[in-house]
Amino acid sequence: MSVALQPAPALDVARVRRDFPILARTVRGKPLVFLDSAASAQKPRAVIEAMVRCMETAYANVHRGAYHLSEVATESYEAARAAAARFLNAADPREIVFTRNSTEAINLVAHSWGRGVMRPGQAVLVSEMEHHANLVPWQMLRDDGRGIELRVCRVTDEGELDLEDLAAKLADGKVGLVAVTHMSNVLGTVTPAERIVALAHAHGAKVLLDGSQAAVHRRVDVRAIGCDFYCFTGHKLYGPTGIGVLWARLEHLERMPPFLGGGDMIAGVTLERSEWAPPPAKFEAGTPPIIEAVGLHAALDYVAAIGLPAIEAHERALVDHAMRRLSGVEGLTLLGRARDRGGVFSFVLDNAHPHDLSTLLDRAGIAVRAGRHCAEPLHARFGLEGGTCRASFGLYTTREEIDLLADALVRAREFFA
Amino acid sequence: MFDDLRDLYQEVILDHGRRPRNFRRLEDADRAARGDNPLCGDRLELWLKLAPDGRIADAAFLGRGCAISMASASLLTETVKGKTPEQAKALGEKVRTLAMTGACPECDGALAEDMERLAPLSGVHEFPSRVKCATLAWHTLKAALEGSKEATSE
Ligand SMILES: Cc1ncc(COP(=O)(O)O)c(C=O)c1O
Repeated sequence: MSVALQPAPALDVARVRRDFPILARTVRGKPLVFLDSAASAQKPRAVIEAMVRCMETAYANVHRGAYHLSEVATESYEAARAAAARFLNAADPREIVFTRNSTEAINLVAHSWGRGVMRPGQAVLVSEMEHHANLVPWQMLRDDGRGIELRVCRVTDEGELDLEDLAAKLADGKVGLVAVTHMSNVLGTVTPAERIVALAHAHGAKVLLDGSQAAVHRRVDVRAIGCDFYCFTGHKLYGPTGIGVLWARLEHLERMPPFLGGGDMIAGVTLERSEWAPPPAKFEAGTPPIIEAVGLHAALDYVAAIGLPAIEAHERALVDHAMRRLSGVEGLTLLGRARDRGGVFSFVLDNAHPHDLSTLLDRAGIAVRAGRHCAEPLHARFGLEGGTCRASFGLYTTREEIDLLADALVRAREFFA
Repeated sequence: MFDDLRDLYQEVILDHGRRPRNFRRLEDADRAARGDNPLCGDRLELWLKLAPDGRIADAAFLGRGCAISMASASLLTETVKGKTPEQAKALGEKVRTLAMTGACPECDGALAEDMERLAPLSGVHEFPSRVKCATLAWHTLKAALEGSKEATSE
């Protein structure tokens, strides 16, 4: 055992697991081994109960009624915004826009910044390891006839962002926005956010980080990172589906035209024209995800109570253990060998197709995802058009579950021999 | 650990999955179609050669996918040879039923022998997410015979 200089308060995984009701269930007669948290995480009782409590005692539409319940609901909704701002260490809660998920957050930026602020001749720079959510909106922007180019930064064989290529593609100063993932949902690679920002800003480009995975595993401080846009999605962070967060510097939000039009996003409307409300309301047209915001708030509080340092330490131990156990499985190839990585492992077994493998693992009660994980270009980059299996960890994942996976993989290889 | 999966992965499936038959391009094909399962990346191309009387004289395919989809395509190329397009399509319908329900109530008589050969595909009915693996090749066959170029198993 190595001794950390400042030991993080340890995470008591057995206790954490008791907070997640679903982990008590069995699948096909076996205890559930849930290794698909990168697709969506399970929910702690605190989240479930907060949402139920909201609906049972404090629910009404927000920002609309001058009656008690609506005021209470508005307070809860705005408290969730403040919690999201604290979570990211944002300077001001007005920099937090609630969306449906990360996908919508990125589409918002592609629409309002890409179409409203960027100029013809400018480029957006993404990477080969993007989730489709951070690729397709930019392809749509490129194909929109506005003269915006789309560039793609290469990924190294190790599965890291090729920073030389990034610099080369920034060199001509045409890139207006670098939009890259903060952690790959396939490779587990954590990208060097501060360096990306330094490089991009030196060349006059803004930076959007897709934190859908990273925010679950690392402490994120948008002011320390220095980026311009950051997004994450509630359901991967032990919160409910239907809510995501876009953080952007207030000055950017002020410059950007709205995304969707409708109620709540206006300061005044006549039949001829409308005045936009100030941010964040400008970007939150229609009835927002009120109950979901309450659930997200509870999830952020839950994570904060355990502590991100403890979560990080727990995950680092799991990653090391998984590295050891999985590299011991004969015939198994792990995708990506990044130095800085989180708890996401994609792999192929030499004699089993990923779908056959995931069916087998399911029989052992082990839930992993098979396919291309919404990252087809990345799979093509590594010559794995047939997909991979992916095991991903949450704060409730145990060493024993990784052992079960490794053992099952050995047995699966024998099965297909 | 996986003994109860032997119904799904019968030896026939594993064998055809590992060494698919008629796994080649038919250069002078009369009919061809591509089958795609965009969700999982399974993809195959199927070629048919027709005899002067319209029967299927030869069938071959290339593609990539799981053991079940490869085995299903491989078994398809073996069973449709000598059939009229109508017979082949009717067989495809039966395979769909077989894959979805695990049984084929009207599969006796003329079809009995073919269906016996295809019976190992019935194992997927207990795995809803895998049914499309077994049916992709048969959707592709239908597309080829009806003259459309693409099939998906959605
Ligand atoms: C890296 C990354 N970006 C974006 C997304 C999209 O998240 P959502 O589907 O919640 O919009 C995901 C997850 O699916 C992801 O892993």
